[in-house]
Amino acid sequence: MWSLRDKYAIAGIGHTNYSSRSGRTVLDLASEACGKALADAGLMAAEIDGFVSYTFNDSVPAMAVATQLGCNATRYVVDLQAGGNAANLVIQTAAMAIEAGLANSVLVYRAMNGRSGFRLGGGREFRAQGITQFTAPFGWITYPQAMAMWCRRHMVKYGTTSEHLGHVAVTCRANAGLNPRAMKRQPITLDDYFASRPIVEPFRLLDICLETDGACAVLVTSAERARDLKQRPVRILGAAYGGGPQQGDDLFDALRWPEHATNYAAYIADELWRSAGVGPQDIDVAEIYDCFTYSVLAQLEGFGFCKPGEGGPFVASGAIARDGSLPVNTHGGLLSEGYIHGLNHVIEAVQQLRGEAGPRQIQGAELALTTAGAMSCGSALVLRN
Amino acid sequence: MENTYLKPLPVPDPDSEPFWQGCKRHRLLLRRCTDCGRLRYPPGPVCAHCGSRAGEWREASGRGRVYSWIVVRHPVPQEVFAAEVPYVVALIELEEGVRLASNLVGCPPEAVAADMPVAVTFEDVSETISLPKFRPA
Ligand SMILES: [Zn+2]
Repeated sequence: MWSLRDKYAIAGIGHTNYSSRSGRTVLDLASEACGKALADAGLMAAEIDGFVSYTFNDSVPAMAVATQLGCNATRYVVDLQAGGNAANLVIQTAAMAIEAGLANSVLVYRAMNGRSGFRLGGGREFRAQGITQFTAPFGWITYPQAMAMWCRRHMVKYGTTSEHLGHVAVTCRANAGLNPRAMKRQPITLDDYFASRPIVEPFRLLDICLETDGACAVLVTSAERARDLKQRPVRILGAAYGGGPQQGDDLFDALRWPEHATNYAAYIADELWRSAGVGPQDIDVAEIYDCFTYSVLAQLEGFGFCKPGEGGPFVASGAIARDGSLPVNTHGGLLSEGYIHGLNHVIEAVQQLRGEAGPRQIQGAELALTTAGAMSCGSALVLRN
Repeated sequence: MENTYLKPLPVPDPDSEPFWQGCKRHRLLLRRCTDCGRLRYPPGPVCAHCGSRAGEWREASGRGRVYSWIVVRHPVPQEVFAAEVPYVVALIELEEGVRLASNLVGCPPEAVAADMPVAVTFEDVSETISLPKFRPA
């Protein structure tokens, strides 16, 4: 049970430009984002004593970033081998380190040349060994192929349609049009969605997030310390990580997952809302992990914004648009802003709660949900200003 | 044969070797816990239900139903799967209760449907490897 409600805060954020060809090292990107988060908070490098990062064999270790920035007092480091499931877990981990007295101010980052370097969407290790021996020999290799299997099951069980998926793509793109850092800002229609080429049915190109070069960083410290810093603190109200039974031998593997029309969200929602002391009806803005359009539907259902199976009709009703009852992915999401493995969702939530999201600001936003993950495990945060 | 077969070949390990040896003989073998009787797939070292490491190999009926499926249109990697697309990957729920990932063969992608009954068929792809695939039954 999370007992740290309101004790820890995000005091600084930083990000690089998002592009498909950075022409820079991952170390350069990570250092830029982390340096900007420091400057945003008004902290000196010497005051940072903790780092939490995550990597898919495509990042640089925290010791390298600490060395670049001169964070020479570092005494707590986690370099987590994880995917999007960890994008909110890392913030929780930073808060836990401070609670335990292991650090006072922790930089959390994700950095990658996700398009020009190692392409996560391009397939996994090609040697079919370990758990992969039961999937790859059948040409089941990439994450779009993995997630499409979950999506199809939702379609079979609940009657979810391609048009439902299209609404998620169109909504994210409309939001990205208001976001100068978004990689894809040209508006799209449902017709454009249907015209995009099939990649792995039921997914078309516009169901799939962008491969991105860039980095995001978030500075976590105590709420008390944050009050004395430069920015309006965004407090961590609640957090949860987890998933269902038999999550598999890696993130791709879900051969033993009980029901693919339901994902991790349904399993962690109770703990998340209990930890935060609020419910889905209280959320003003939701940044929902959208590695694929479909994953938004399963999470809307799992976190209780609509009933199981009703994610499709919910998004088709306009509820997730910026003028709807639950504005979702106000920056354009992984689908249209860029894919910094979910940490860019946290940046956007912080900007919304600080009231500094400019033309995409949701007026009066006080409570934000961020989520991370799409399959058998994941994490989520409730943040408040 | 092995030289022209570009798709990934399973690399058997101590946990899976009997499974692949079974496939080579065109028999679909499942790992069965001899303490609680449950079947498991993939054939990992431990029974998740009772924690036992004791087990035996049981031949499955090879009959099942389509639980979910995808149609791969865009080949990845390009050079390996370009000639294969479109192809169907399905999760097959065997009569015995476990699910396998495999290809559906002998069935156009448009004809695949949920709960469609299927049966195993083996494809000899190398000197040592035969893959369990499924066809409409
Ligand atoms: Zn057992």
